[in-house]
Amino acid sequence: MEATIAGTTIDVNDEGYLTDPSKWNEAVAEAIAAEEDIVLTDKHMEVIRYLREQQEKGEKLSVRRVGKSGIVSIKEFYDLFPGGPLKKSSRIAGIPKPVSCV
Amino acid sequence: MNSATANGTDVSRTKRLVILGAGLAGTMMANKLRKELDAERWEITIVDKDRDHYYQPGFLFIPFGIYEPDDVVRPKTDFLPDGVNVIWDEVQRVEPEENVVLLSNDRQLPYDVLIVATGTEPRPEETPGMKGDLWYKDIFDFYTFEGATALSKKLDQWEGGRLVISIAESIFKCPVAPLEFAFLADAYFTEKGMRDKVEILYVTPLPGAFTKPIATKFLSKLLEEKGVKVIPEFYLEHVDNDARKLVSYDEQEVPFDLLVTIPVNMGADFVGDSDMGDADDLNFVPTNKETLQAKQHQNVFVIGDATNVPTSKAGSVAHFMAEVLVQNVLDYVEGKPLSASFDGHANCFIETGFGKATLIDFNYDTEPLPGKYPAPFVGPMSLLKETRMNHMGKLAFKWIYWHMLLTGRELPVTNHMSFVGKQRPEEPPKPGTTNSAKRDGVTPVTARESESMEVVA
Ligand SMILES: Cc1cc2nc3c(=O)[nH]c(=O)nc-3n(C[C@H](O)[C@H](O)[C@H](O)COP(=O)(O)OP(=O)(O)OC[C@H]3O[C@@H](n4cnc5c(N)ncnc54)[C@H](O)[C@@H]3O)c2cc1C
Repeated sequence: MEATIAGTTIDVNDEGYLTDPSKWNEAVAEAIAAEEDIVLTDKHMEVIRYLREQQEKGEKLSVRRVGKSGIVSIKEFYDLFPGGPLKKSSRIAGIPKPVSCV
Repeated sequence: MNSATANGTDVSRTKRLVILGAGLAGTMMANKLRKELDAERWEITIVDKDRDHYYQPGFLFIPFGIYEPDDVVRPKTDFLPDGVNVIWDEVQRVEPEENVVLLSNDRQLPYDVLIVATGTEPRPEETPGMKGDLWYKDIFDFYTFEGATALSKKLDQWEGGRLVISIAESIFKCPVAPLEFAFLADAYFTEKGMRDKVEILYVTPLPGAFTKPIATKFLSKLLEEKGVKVIPEFYLEHVDNDARKLVSYDEQEVPFDLLVTIPVNMGADFVGDSDMGDADDLNFVPTNKETLQAKQHQNVFVIGDATNVPTSKAGSVAHFMAEVLVQNVLDYVEGKPLSASFDGHANCFIETGFGKATLIDFNYDTEPLPGKYPAPFVGPMSLLKETRMNHMGKLAFKWIYWHMLLTGRELPVTNHMSFVGKQRPEEPPKPGTTNSAKRDGVTPVTARESESMEVVA
């Protein structure tokens, strides 16, 4: 389905995740973050870029992995994206919702 | 894709196939490959750090006195075939560019083909406070022989209170085992006449009791019926021993009287220390999810809990993988393209207490659905239903494990997952549905065969 984010029409799934990560830009990130009541700082953006890079490489994303990224500790990750840090940051980063595979 | 010198098409010397880990997967591979590979041309060596083989699915039953410690331990050598060299040592590192395994005291073990089957184990020390003053007093695991037996003594004397079952990380082996523990605990305390003195909580980092929607719905309902309260999305940061509570990263707290933990599960340390690609921080080897070849090295293969493939870490999975891997190793040594493909097939019995169990069957693409297993429509096992037959199947599995599975004898179940006889809840059954995943040469099971051997793990 389509949504208007930051003035552009972008395809998202029913949970509001971008279906095509290449349609992402910083304005989109800010708009989605605002829906989550998050104001993006440089630290947020660093995490988001990291997630996008990892996703592009086909790596499996987990809270633990972000915690070992050298960018934030798990605790700081929770502080930046309160509630569900990986789910929220992935949505803001324009990448698919991380799935658990068991 | 394969290079002729590395894979054994050069017949001038005896080639070396080395298997790391003589647990379920490594033992199955040693048995199967010793039969298939010419002993003149291929020497097989298996390495393990421990001499005892544990039937890990039996650990679940020990705390409740359903199994005794003797039921679950046998010497590893009982299951290893003649004609395979065994080395008892801890693997320190693999140098995949040099085709050599390093053992203790810098001992070197060169290989032409390597199979990594070193599994995963609980690491309580990864969570601050877990292995503190209360360890094996009021905090227990049941994923180890020591933990399961210590917990058995504790439950025997425990007078009740708040029992918290806590999962530390979202990837761990046998993802249904903690649910089974909750169900069995409910039955155990009910039968002891003290269920009213025990509160059971299930605390998980996952969004619900399980990950896949249909199974989660079924299992959540069962938990509710049994009075088990689920606390989802709780990512454990530390255990406070003084205040006896779990603390999450977002500062939620769950107090406990008795804590049963599924600690962080990690692969062997040598995986992280070896240059086998980005093993993330849980030490699982990057593995091609279809061929089971290591992503970085063509002459390295990975099986069982040691892989990072996106399916459950379970004995049934290791069994289904073994069929694929034998074929691919044989293809590889003959210089052919790898012909077998793993579909992520997993199936797990879930003990639900009071002599009943349920069963789930799924793969990479399809979530667990209701239906019958292994023979469509006939069963005898029912998927996503609680039945006595499923429970008998789970108990029969111990015999099958010791007598057939480890030694690589043929089991009467198809390797690839079947859709026949399964139904999405909203759809009627479709008798004509074909099994798109079935391969040539796999004989479908008949009800008669499967009655005597319900083979699922
Ligand atoms: C409580 C519990 C219940 C379970 N219930 C079920 C169930 O109902 N159904 C099911 O299908 N599965 C179940 N499982 C999971 C099943 O036991 C495992 O998935 C299975 O054993 C995996 O086999 P594996 O060979 O990959 O690993 P393992 O069997 O764990 O073998 C790994 C081997 O590698 C060795 N090793 C590790 N590191 C080194 C090293 N550095 N050097 C040398 N050797 C090393 C170890 O000593 C071990 O022998 C359960 C597990 C547990 C803990």
